[in-house]
Amino acid sequence: MSVLVGRATKVVVQGITGRDGSFHTRGMLDYGTKVVAGVTPGKGGDKVHSVPVFDSVEEAVAKTGANCSVIYVPAALAQDAIYEAVDSGIPLVVCISEGIPVRDMVEVSAYTRGRQVRLVGPNCPGLISPGSCKVGIMPGTIVKPGKVGVVSRSGTLTYEVVWQLTRAGLGQSTCIGIGGDPIVGTRFADMLALYQQDPGTEAIVLIGEIGGSDEEDAALLIRRAISKPVVAFIAGQTAPPGKRMGHAGAIVSGGSGTAQEKMARLQEAGIPVAKTPSEIPGLIAAALRPRRKSKLKLVRAKAKKPAPATRRRGR
Amino acid sequence: MNLHEYQSKGIFRAAGIPVPPGDVVSNVEDALAAAERFGYPVVVKAQVLVGGRGKAGGVKVVRGGEELSREAGRILGMELRGLKVNRVLITPSAEIAREYYAGIVLDRRNESPLLMVSPAGGIDIEEVARAGPEKILRIPIDGRGLPGYRARAAARFLDKDPAVQKRIVPILIRLVRAYHDQDASLAEINPLAVTKDGLVLALDAKIVLDDNALDRHPDLAAMRDLSAEDPGEIEARERGLSYVKLDGTIGCVVNGAGLAMATMDLIQFHGGKPANFLDIGGSSNPDKVEAAMHILTGDPRVRAVLFNIFGGITRCDDVARGLLLALDRLNVRIPIVIRLTGTNEKEAREILGERGLMALSDMDEAVRAVIARAAEAA
Repeated sequence: MSVLVGRATKVVVQGITGRDGSFHTRGMLDYGTKVVAGVTPGKGGDKVHSVPVFDSVEEAVAKTGANCSVIYVPAALAQDAIYEAVDSGIPLVVCISEGIPVRDMVEVSAYTRGRQVRLVGPNCPGLISPGSCKVGIMPGTIVKPGKVGVVSRSGTLTYEVVWQLTRAGLGQSTCIGIGGDPIVGTRFADMLALYQQDPGTEAIVLIGEIGGSDEEDAALLIRRAISKPVVAFIAGQTAPPGKRMGHAGAIVSGGSGTAQEKMARLQEAGIPVAKTPSEIPGLIAAALRPRRKSKLKLVRAKAKKPAPATRRRGR
Repeated sequence: MNLHEYQSKGIFRAAGIPVPPGDVVSNVEDALAAAERFGYPVVVKAQVLVGGRGKAGGVKVVRGGEELSREAGRILGMELRGLKVNRVLITPSAEIAREYYAGIVLDRRNESPLLMVSPAGGIDIEEVARAGPEKILRIPIDGRGLPGYRARAAARFLDKDPAVQKRIVPILIRLVRAYHDQDASLAEINPLAVTKDGLVLALDAKIVLDDNALDRHPDLAAMRDLSAEDPGEIEARERGLSYVKLDGTIGCVVNGAGLAMATMDLIQFHGGKPANFLDIGGSSNPDKVEAAMHILTGDPRVRAVLFNIFGGITRCDDVARGLLLALDRLNVRIPIVIRLTGTNEKEAREILGERGLMALSDMDEAVRAVIARAAEAA
């Protein structure tokens, strides 16, 4: 079992004729993903790795029934690509493109609010449900089907953790990178809620980093509504304040968004926080053992009463 | 990208926000000439990209030429929190009655800009938020910008005098517009001053621009002050790397920002001190690896370098080739520890093995090894 993507997912690739789009289309096809269409304006009628190319997403959806879009267009064109996917009625839009101006994403956020669409990213590696479907750029070789849901703001750090889980025999239901930008379509809390509902997910790994308050919001939600065990890791404990650490959203500003603060909030919610990535498989294995699980619940019940929820809009 | 006060004031002035006149000078003669034109007293303000310039002695009111020569001479060339002062702003000293705060930032939780105003001006807004949150009025900004009625409410929150309120309203509307038009991630007036004759002026200004939007603002991109940056950070940007210098001894070259942060953390966890954050990105262009080594070997504090590569899209053999290229072209005298795993790991090991280099596959093991090598090299 999996969340968001699986065997029923039919993918349209926006920007399929570009270098990245074409390369990763090959990767998705090799993994077994049903890539049914590509879109590059002006290149309708072409084929890329035998996938038909259309001039518009609307046409691609009408002719192929695509129900998921993955975007590889340059940053300056990404906002338009997202709008096109949303307006074509695609329910899941995954934006890989990196370097999109924040103002463009503020506008996208206002537009998608209240609409029936889930945006993943931008500036993310996408998602993979091991054994059935990969949308984006995650390497298919490191995952293995199983019961652990992985959600992360990072790319390669996610691969590192997933690889360690796989080597420890802990397979995954779905792994998702939600993106390293200040504004992303899907946040930790959204993914936790999805994993909670998914019968195929029994434990969750949350990989956060400095900047923003998404991890703190996730901690509040876990206390209130997540009964499955969660193990967390936060990157950036040694990051100096005021400096952007690669990801546009990874910055400690005005003393807020520190790793220490995030770790404290998660621990207060009864969540084990790994000190190093290599501790994660052990903590997950322990959480999956029935006896240990009840102990974890006890800790969580003892944790302080949750503060009033500052949950964002539901989608 | 952070802008200097004088650059930020230029943007505010162009947006129609009242800003006192000022000249940016880099020597005492020009400072004296500017002061003559404005008339004493004037304020000498160091133009460096750090906060707390006043407390650090970088801002001074002077009443005459002799005092100006002395103070401008002292401030020009001084080190302010590690940054050399190359320029000062000379501006007439205003007679202040009251000081307020007005600033706009990105509210990540609500995914929209947020205007904040406070009657407690002249101090850090974070301090106000801690000590007296009720002293801050927060106005979320949507696609409409700042509607007049909300600007009037904000002005009433700040000042009792209707004549002053009337002057504050257009300033707030223009501040919000400038933030939007320039793709800023922060635009701040602190203090927003009311003078003794009831005028309202932006006495200090701070703008931070969204790096991702600089492509559509070539005029703003040209304002970048290279003298204010670490040479390694400049080189990194030019070569397409993401690099932040720290003060430790263990250099690291990593693919991916999250893994790079986790690597720094792990170095500290095992008892070392990271010298930098460095992300060579998803591609595995050998030139980038060479550029990374060039930057790290240029930092005299670096005693050993750790390569931590998780091959996904990045191919380990490409990184290995880049490393050999760097070793051929650069005079590298410090130990290097390599950790590779993932795509084309085997090929990478063969390439490195031919040159007598060994790669580890476990991250913790590699971090412990590089700390040991750095200690031997010390």
